[in-house]
Amino acid sequence: MSSPATEIQQERAPLLPFGKKERQNIVDPLSDNNPITVQVLGICSALAVTIQVNRSLVMAAAVIAVLCTSNVVISLIRNLIPPSIRIIVQLAIIASLVIVVDQVLQAFLYDISKQLSVFVGLIITNCIIMGRAEAFAMANPPWQSFLDGIGNGLGYGIILVIVAFFREILGSGSLLGFAVIPQALYDLGYVNNGLMVLAPGAFILLGLMIWAQRTWSGYTEEA
Amino acid sequence: MEELVSLALKSIFVENILLAYFLGMCSFLAVSKKVETAVGLGIAVVFVLTITAPVNWALNHFFLRPGALAWAGESFADVDLSFLVFITFIAVIAALVQLVEMIIDRFSPALYAALGIFLPLIAVNCSILGASLFLVEREYGPVESLVFGFSSGAGWALAIISMAAIRYKLRYSNVPPGLRGLGITMLTTGLMAIAFMAFAGIQL
Repeated sequence: MSSPATEIQQERAPLLPFGKKERQNIVDPLSDNNPITVQVLGICSALAVTIQVNRSLVMAAAVIAVLCTSNVVISLIRNLIPPSIRIIVQLAIIASLVIVVDQVLQAFLYDISKQLSVFVGLIITNCIIMGRAEAFAMANPPWQSFLDGIGNGLGYGIILVIVAFFREILGSGSLLGFAVIPQALYDLGYVNNGLMVLAPGAFILLGLMIWAQRTWSGYTEEA
Repeated sequence: MEELVSLALKSIFVENILLAYFLGMCSFLAVSKKVETAVGLGIAVVFVLTITAPVNWALNHFFLRPGALAWAGESFADVDLSFLVFITFIAVIAALVQLVEMIIDRFSPALYAALGIFLPLIAVNCSILGASLFLVEREYGPVESLVFGFSSGAGWALAIISMAAIRYKLRYSNVPPGLRGLGITMLTTGLMAIAFMAFAGIQL
């Protein structure tokens, strides 16, 4: 990122360039460098809000909003933050943004915001946001940080929606709140898997997802 | 008294903050490779949670909840500062973590070196902020908050220490390449969560 050649290129480029590197910023976190399955960030909320698809959609939107804004804001003031207190500064920025998101959710989507309960507030401590602020926004200009926020937010959202899809369809036989498993199947003796709605189902499903995604992308870790 | 014991047992076993509410997963996954560091971090989390829960309860009760400022005079009676909960709690937690860091550095440099980067990360450990937000949502009293904070921390420590012990064993097993590390840890955590669900049958 900091080699002189690329810096000169950026100076000549238009204000909001969108070349190969910028596309990489968005595409990379979707699979090869996915925040959840590869970087291991933000697992907590990924498990808690995935009982229903609509909850995870709202959560993903909230995280994308906070992540993009915090990345841009932190990137804009990255040269002004004294290194010794940077964590506190980042936390203050993120917490203020989460307050805004929480108030918006309470105003427009009151039911879902009640169901998400403490997990909206916990976006503050979602490791993705701190992790990207620390690893990317502190070292890169605002536009790239914005794209990085979109990419990582989407990578997070995709996993969230996939896990929620399986948990809702297997656990409650519905999708986005509508029953999709036909009554005829229940008459034949099919029952919803109650374990999927509970915590262990989430752990096991995410474990299997990680396995599938890593086999597909060929990423392995030692130990 | 009985209620408090029941609350403590409930938050350690039945509604374990990690295995039932998924809070504190990031540090759980990152620090559960060695039993020694897991014990250290577990103790640090218990300590921080036990202090932050009552402090945050007091802040919420006397300053932030709707109508909390009634003691300051008639004109403040209908002030609602509850939207400031997030930023106040996180500030308290960050300050206390700094304090714990200094104390550990002073009295146990070995533990300080072992915990390394993870100590500052307690500030962004969701279980700490999560517990504070839960006690607001569930309207606990001051003593209940103290008990809830301590036992949530103890439950978290129990989970991470057992996980570290299991991962020692896992090193000798032949795990498929894609499942190594994070994947197998998640599956094991799932099985552990099922085991902890058995405690739900205990009636006190």
